Amino acid sequence: MVSIAEPVVKPAPRYRFLLDRRDVLGGVLVAPAILYVLLLVGLPFLLAVYYSVSAYTIYDPSWRFVGLSNFRQIVQNPVFQDTLANTFLFTFGSQFLGLVLGKFGALLLLRQFPGRKIVRALIILPWAVPIALATVAWEWMFDSLYSVINWSLISLGVITRSDAPNWLGNPHLAMLCVIVVNAWRFFPFAIVIFLAGMTSIPQDVIDAATVDGAGFWRRNYQIVLPMILPIVAVGLIFGIVFTFTDLSVVFLLTKGGPVNATSVLGFEGFQVGIVSGDVSHGAAISLFMLPVLFFVVIGMLHFIRRREI
Amino acid sequence: MRRAVLNAASDGAFYGAVAIFVVLTAFPFYWMLITSLKSNPDLYNVANTPFWFNETPTLEHFRYLFEQTLFARWLLNSLIIGLCVVAITLAAAVPAGYSLARMTGRNGEALGIGIFLTYLVPPTLLFLPLSRVVASLGLQNSMWSLVLVYPTFTIPFCTWLLMGFFKAMPVEIEEAAIVDGCSLFGAFVRMVLPLSIPAILTVVIFTFTLTLQEFVYALTFISTSAQKPVTLGVATDLVRGDIFFWGEIMAGALIASIPVAIAYNLFLDRFISGITGGAVK
Amino acid sequence: MAPVTARNIFKKFDDVLAVNGMSLTVPDGEFMVLLGPSGCGKTTFLRIVCGLERQTSGDLIIGGNLVNDIPPRARGVAMMFQSYGLYPHYTVRNNIAFPLKTQHVSRGEIDKKVNWAASLLGISHLLDRRPRQLSGGERQRVALARALVREPTALLLDEPLSNLDAKMRASARQDIRQFQQRVGITTIYVTHDQVEAMGMGDRIAVIDHGRIRQVGTPVEIYEDPADRFVATFVGTPPMNLVARNGGYLGFRPENFLPKEMINGSDAAEFSFRVDRSEYLGSERIVYGVLDGFNPAEVIAAKLPPAHVAEESIRPGEWHRFAVRRGALRYFDANGKRAMSH
Repeated sequence: MVSIAEPVVKPAPRYRFLLDRRDVLGGVLVAPAILYVLLLVGLPFLLAVYYSVSAYTIYDPSWRFVGLSNFRQIVQNPVFQDTLANTFLFTFGSQFLGLVLGKFGALLLLRQFPGRKIVRALIILPWAVPIALATVAWEWMFDSLYSVINWSLISLGVITRSDAPNWLGNPHLAMLCVIVVNAWRFFPFAIVIFLAGMTSIPQDVIDAATVDGAGFWRRNYQIVLPMILPIVAVGLIFGIVFTFTDLSVVFLLTKGGPVNATSVLGFEGFQVGIVSGDVSHGAAISLFMLPVLFFVVIGMLHFIRRREI
Repeated sequence: MRRAVLNAASDGAFYGAVAIFVVLTAFPFYWMLITSLKSNPDLYNVANTPFWFNETPTLEHFRYLFEQTLFARWLLNSLIIGLCVVAITLAAAVPAGYSLARMTGRNGEALGIGIFLTYLVPPTLLFLPLSRVVASLGLQNSMWSLVLVYPTFTIPFCTWLLMGFFKAMPVEIEEAAIVDGCSLFGAFVRMVLPLSIPAILTVVIFTFTLTLQEFVYALTFISTSAQKPVTLGVATDLVRGDIFFWGEIMAGALIASIPVAIAYNLFLDRFISGITGGAVK
Repeated sequence: MAPVTARNIFKKFDDVLAVNGMSLTVPDGEFMVLLGPSGCGKTTFLRIVCGLERQTSGDLIIGGNLVNDIPPRARGVAMMFQSYGLYPHYTVRNNIAFPLKTQHVSRGEIDKKVNWAASLLGISHLLDRRPRQLSGGERQRVALARALVREPTALLLDEPLSNLDAKMRASARQDIRQFQQRVGITTIYVTHDQVEAMGMGDRIAVIDHGRIRQVGTPVEIYEDPADRFVATFVGTPPMNLVARNGGYLGFRPENFLPKEMINGSDAAEFSFRVDRSEYLGSERIVYGVLDGFNPAEVIAAKLPPAHVAEESIRPGEWHRFAVRRGALRYFDANGKRAMSH
């Protein structure tokens, strides 16, 4: 063994190895993404809040502060009240329908059968294909004169040509149409979310429950459901956010009509803020989405955190 | 014997239910296809059976679409927008996802969730201020406005997707490279990047499909027909006055849908695990 | 090749103190084993030495250079990881060549050194395979070759045998020790396995709760443990400890024998009630309690089966056992080693 001489202590280089420090390099690597998001999401968001309390229009781009008067005017407007009610009906109607269809479809796809891959590929289509394009196809299917749905109903003798419904022209039917189209677009997503949840449950847990004497329903509701809840909740949160704030389906199918029967928040914000150029009122309308988004974000955080445990 | 009959009956019900689902989801696309191949006299005759050809199928609508409309230009616009957004997204999200995945302690986790939550900020909340931002940059009515804005949702989403992937990658490989003489950044380039090609490919595909699916920003920012991406062009510009050209619209919708549908089916599983962020372990 | 010195190293993660003031000097060419239970801070200390973690405070000196703020690539140390950290997208040849490539060694030199390291470890025939095509033992050799190829200042090994089965482990232990002696490299080896520590180390540092409890040769660690922790961590079964006179009395199970087997008179006698007996082939281990001591203190005796017939030690019976006085160890109330009571 060799004895150690007192070491010659050299001064530590201060900056030469700066990028070799994890914290420094980590900051450098994450900075572009954060800057992008801050500049083009954070800043516009603050701008939206400011617009909503100003008198800004594209014809008179003044930054004059008007307090909450925009909000007051909006809330007193009966069209807006309808819009708000429509938005909730649209969101929860299509989410409910989508979840029911999704759960049922997932049960079907859980079983292995020949051609399952092809069936899955076909069932995914409504969610994969750009919603604007699919909506245009639905618009054509709901056509007042050449509707394939009406043609089928007439051929089956359910209705006659004279009382064939004008799907997008009747206020109640139009609402039903936008809900159905949105549920149609959402339920394949619900299916894959349910499937992901169910296939992630280890088989031995199910087996243990079976050995312990749990029947089909007990297994389903006391074992499977609680275990897939986090994943389903995350999926549902996505569905709610994107439906509640949607614009495309309504814009393309009904333009909010007839007579505002299908107007929703996103559409109304677009009409007022972009089409009419009344930016401040449009921004105020859009901001009504915030409370719902806020609760959704809380829920999301809750379920994301849970996966750590 | 009775058992066999019961089994056959339950099989029948099962396949019946599957068939109903397939019809429900796929019919609109079948409808696109058949409409795009029918001649106009066939399409606009209420006496004809709509489900099949009553006259000879024709490619007339496709020909018209490419020769008489800006459809080819829209496709090109979408391709350019998609490629640029992919480039920007990769440049920002790959390093960010890596950095967040390797950040120790709760900071990385919190920052990651924070970035992901911005993905949930909807376009309908931001389109008003962003349209002013775009206008002040002189990009109104230009597809470059979409190149600028689309990364606001592709970067958060892809950062989250990649963060999950990098977390699952063994740290030892990078650490071995670091001890073997690489700088931290060198280990990232020489070890992490080559080993994450599958994840990066997924991100490329999904960024591209997200740009194709987007409608709200395109609708808000662009009114000049020649600048529109394909989704917007097909949905809004194939109407002459009050007359819809259904054959052309369906042909255009079909062409634009096919690549997205294929991409989704190939990468579905990665997409799901990205979205749920491993909510169930 | 260089000595490694750590002075009063602390490492804090958030609110956990992982390394709590460790000082250690490993002279040039020594094989030092860091031994301790999992979570004791030994791996953190190793990662500080190689530079993957920055210590919160304290100095680290490798080969006479203060390397506190020097990144791993400039320290010249090599490390072998628990699951080897082989580069999956490289062949074995490129895995071994990688540390040389980062040092911009010339091509011919790289080939020469890779072949040297590969033949040293007997893996020349594997050079064109990829890591996933190798068995666990082969991977371990590749990792060792990669660590040795650039003749590092020090070799750090983090539980390198824990992914091998028991049989492979014995031969790998032998191999690592042999190569270390042939290359003469300063080595720090982390393990929780006392057999590895005793069999391989020139010296052992026993670590618990982020502190070094004792540094010494295997004989010193075993024969003269510095405190109760070392006494009970090393040895199977561990040293027997009984409370006495406000301190503790310790003796190894193999020194605790039937009175008639002890020659000479200088021995401490005990009355021992046997509760349970385990026959292990080469030895018989007998558990029981001592008369006059706390009955919760279970005492083990390791007996050579050839000398003690099974019938003579029956459970439930009291026997006269004894320990030679020279084999008794004393610890004070704080558990520190004492000369006597």
